[in-house]
Amino acid sequence: MRASLNKAGLVFASLGVFVALWAVVAYQLNDNALPPPADVWAALLVEYHSGELFHHLGMTLLRVFGAFVVAMAIGSAIGIWLGMHSLSNKILDPWLILLLNMPALVVIVLSYIWFGLNEAAAIGAVAVNKIPNVVITLREGARSLNPEFSEMASVYRFGFVKRLRHVVLPQLQPFFAAATRSGISLIWKIVLIVELLGRSNGVGFQIHLYFQLFDVATILAYTLAFVVVMLTVEYAVLQPLDKHANQWRSTNE
Amino acid sequence: MPINGDPLMSDHALEVDVRDHVFKLQHGEHLKVIDQVQFALPANSFTCVVGPSGCGKTTVLRMILDLDKNYNGVLKLPRSGPVSAVFQEPRLLPWRTVEQNIRLVLPKERQQESLDELFDVLGLTEMRAFYPRQLSLGLARRVSLARAFVLEPQLLILDEPFVSLDAPTAERLRQMLLSLWQARPTTVLMVTHDTAEAASLADKVLVFTPRPASVAGAVDIDTPRELRDSRVVSDIQQQILSLSASS
Repeated sequence: MRASLNKAGLVFASLGVFVALWAVVAYQLNDNALPPPADVWAALLVEYHSGELFHHLGMTLLRVFGAFVVAMAIGSAIGIWLGMHSLSNKILDPWLILLLNMPALVVIVLSYIWFGLNEAAAIGAVAVNKIPNVVITLREGARSLNPEFSEMASVYRFGFVKRLRHVVLPQLQPFFAAATRSGISLIWKIVLIVELLGRSNGVGFQIHLYFQLFDVATILAYTLAFVVVMLTVEYAVLQPLDKHANQWRSTNE
Repeated sequence: MPINGDPLMSDHALEVDVRDHVFKLQHGEHLKVIDQVQFALPANSFTCVVGPSGCGKTTVLRMILDLDKNYNGVLKLPRSGPVSAVFQEPRLLPWRTVEQNIRLVLPKERQQESLDELFDVLGLTEMRAFYPRQLSLGLARRVSLARAFVLEPQLLILDEPFVSLDAPTAERLRQMLLSLWQARPTTVLMVTHDTAEAASLADKVLVFTPRPASVAGAVDIDTPRELRDSRVVSDIQQQILSLSASS
């Protein structure tokens, strides 16, 4: 308890130093390009009171969630398959490298051209950008599955669901966690580009709008607000899930 | 190519008739590990397999467990009822507790059964909620035995289950294995390199030749286990050694 309080204190102290530095530099520069924290806070309150803030944050969050679910589901299935079947892996590996090196912007533009400026094209484009990373992470996970546990499951006639739940998925948990962490941070950045290019709401759309108005304070307000949302997801959802999954590791020997 | 033999029609719980088994090595080389292994186990018997290291004992067990299919021959397993195994390593799932590891092998309809008696016999009552990493090797082996017996198998395969344990712990586990087997009779096939262990536990000892393995001979043991003192065990060991020497 005391250790976690100390840790929280350190985090707040570190953030405090960052904000103080920002304030000092901003007041010294006295330029619209870098507004001080107080102006950003004021812009945030304006957007909050107008109801715009939560509407756009919500839209972006929904897109992040949709793209994340699609990318994790498809990427995990393909990754596990490739990790277990070397012939399929040899055949599909060049495709994977191609997709990995495809610039996100190209995928987004092509998706809007081919499927239109709609929600499915937007979420699909983000998911396609993320899927190769998930595939590679989970492929490594599937390759590292312990064959001794698989043999035990075969001897005791575990069915597909039991084997998946108790033998395979727990071994893949660290790889899922890695793919999730890197996935969410990558996805939300790509979602902003998707919104900037082809949606009429969301944080990306708002940033584009205020860029045209050269309103840096509101741009920073939206950016920071969404970072706070993602940090909340990290600390309130991902870390407790991670802790629960790793409970067995933290027991005393 | 393995042939799935018809289900056993005789009193035997297991019939093994493997003509050969060849491992493919790197650079296209081949290594013959089995050459004519034939034996049959009567129901509820306790048979040990001994032989030199690397002769193919574990390979035979893996074929019986259907983990190795690259052999020529016929295996006949029990018509009904499960097969359990205790491997050299306990192979417990580290993310499941002791009790969860044991219950996992049970079918749905037996999930609510009490395991108190089994835990009691194996001295695991206090460890039900422990994770495998909290157990010593000896305790983990006990959990592995519990997992094998809880299924009430028709056939139990053990692959050097007491290797790497100190002598008193190994002896205690042997006694636990015997108690469980006597309380819940099943056909046991156990590989061991310890002839004294084979002599004190088994009804019959199969002696394998060096690689490629075949059965050099068998020692039938009629002396009841409780009467097997050190002299009897030593006599049986001599019979095993003479069969090994002649192979």
